[in-house]
Amino acid sequence: MGCKILYTEIMDHNAAAGYREIDHTADWELAVWADSLPELFRQAALGMYALSGVRVSGADFQAQTITLQASSLEGLLVKFLNELLYLGEDQQKAAQAIEVNLAGDKLHAALQIGTIAAQTKGIKAVTYHNLSIRQEGGIFRVNVIFDV
Amino acid sequence: MISLQDLVKINKYEWEIPQSFRQDMRVPVRIFASRDMIERVLDEKSLEQAVNAATLPGLVGRVLVMPDMHQGYGFPIGGVAATRYPDGVISPGAIGYDINCGVRLLASQIELEAVSGELDALASALNAHCPSGVGGKGAVQVSEKELERVCLEGSRWALKQGFASEQDLRRTEEFGCLAGADPTKVSKRAKERGRPQLGSLGAGNHFIEVDVVDQIFDAEAARVMGLAEGCLAVQIHCGSRGFGHQICQDYVDDFQAAVKRYGIQLPDKELVCAPLNSPEGRDYLGAMRCAANFAFANRQILAHSARQAFEEVLAGRVKNWRLHQVYDIAHNMGKLETHEIDGKLQKVCVHRKGATRAFGPGSPGLPEEYAAIGQPVLVPGSMGTASWVLVGTQASMERSLGSSCHGAGRVMSRAKAKKTVWGSQLRDELEAAGIHVRAGSMAGLAEEAPQAYKDVDAVVEAVAGAEIARKVARLRPVAVIKG
Repeated sequence: MGCKILYTEIMDHNAAAGYREIDHTADWELAVWADSLPELFRQAALGMYALSGVRVSGADFQAQTITLQASSLEGLLVKFLNELLYLGEDQQKAAQAIEVNLAGDKLHAALQIGTIAAQTKGIKAVTYHNLSIRQEGGIFRVNVIFDV
Repeated sequence: MISLQDLVKINKYEWEIPQSFRQDMRVPVRIFASRDMIERVLDEKSLEQAVNAATLPGLVGRVLVMPDMHQGYGFPIGGVAATRYPDGVISPGAIGYDINCGVRLLASQIELEAVSGELDALASALNAHCPSGVGGKGAVQVSEKELERVCLEGSRWALKQGFASEQDLRRTEEFGCLAGADPTKVSKRAKERGRPQLGSLGAGNHFIEVDVVDQIFDAEAARVMGLAEGCLAVQIHCGSRGFGHQICQDYVDDFQAAVKRYGIQLPDKELVCAPLNSPEGRDYLGAMRCAANFAFANRQILAHSARQAFEEVLAGRVKNWRLHQVYDIAHNMGKLETHEIDGKLQKVCVHRKGATRAFGPGSPGLPEEYAAIGQPVLVPGSMGTASWVLVGTQASMERSLGSSCHGAGRVMSRAKAKKTVWGSQLRDELEAAGIHVRAGSMAGLAEEAPQAYKDVDAVVEAVAGAEIARKVARLRPVAVIKG
């Protein structure tokens, strides 16, 4: 058994990129920010793993790629996060290292995936509710709501 | 932000947001709740989401909101909306990702006093027989071909496999099978997710609970349902698992483009929709019905597993350890029904999200034994608090599209709940109160703490006060199994 990686639930709110949980009565809401769109996607993925309490075994990382197409950036984000959820349910794997490339209506992500050693909570789906990627003062921001 | 001044009071338990409140509303919003309940949701988005729902094309009557309302995504939890058939729309987000999430109630003649020493063993046996947890595999795993049969037959498939009785099917909404399911409209990925998950509870707010019938309010209705004061009952709350989640996800993705094709303007991308008579709308209806039938079969298998657990622990110790079905109802569903709206009978697609069907006496689709009393309405409370059995009324048919509440409804965010409550401490408190707990995760347990929910008794007072359901019995928990 290798070491365990725990996606941190505590973020520096002043950091150039990060995520934090927002109060939502029924589901989970995550505020995500970054200085680039690929980093915004990566932070959203890390935040989603943190919310569901995913721990990854550090012993058996493998390379995996994801290629997706959608008619909007928001659509690409939803599909990307849902793809990671499926990876967890189908193969019991989570990404430890994530590199995202965006070109037009396509996303290509290179992942290093490891076996999920523990997960405290499940996410049913990533929603489009009020989903809007915006740029404010050079920082990209998005709030994502997860159905749990 | 909506304020109390924006609402028109109809009576103590009915309020309305007029269509004039916002220019894009196509119908008014009718809220069944006390003033106190409305004031408590003004600082969140449930009423705003109801107003957004009122913009869906083809709506008839009013958008309805039940007293257990709380904000969800797109459509509020506790929301009901009917769209005209066939040219109105169907919206996957107004039904939810967990298609046919619902509740089943089994009852018994087992007196609590006779088995109080066996409750811990019963909780363990239920936990062992009913698989639960994040992404958990089910008691039954099927091939793709067999899954397609489940999609087409629902609980009837479970009957053929020996997991059900004819009475179980008779006492299930739509008799456990929605007609018109089309497995060819379900993605390969949804099928892959569904195949291993039949007969599993899942995680989140899903649970199996052993209750005791604590108080009877309608002796005749309780007698017909087989509910006896002081005797055990079992509630099963779950849905269509990853199968339904994937179907909803696939169609919410696809409908992002469909709304552009049909020129539909919406205030929220999660409300995307397509006309019922469009290829996209028909495809979603066919796929959604597959998920609904999967969920009926799923709860049926879990009921079978619960019966096995009861037999294992109680056979030979009590005279009659059997569990009979009271009813099974959905609270996330879209269905074609006929209702009298604005003075005329209309065929409509009723979207219920976090709301249950509550058909009154004499309504079509009820089993013969319930024709005189009305359809049982199952209202689970929060963990550790009461649950209720109600029946639909003539007033629910006239004023709420034959619908009622589905539960207590959350008031506290999951983030706040887990900061406020320690899962292990909560478990100890529940155990001290005589409630045996089995939970897959202490964090998950904390998120479902009783203080995170409304007072279910107040919710029931509101629906009873509005006369859209009538009280039959109150249940008190003695064992809880959570994924």
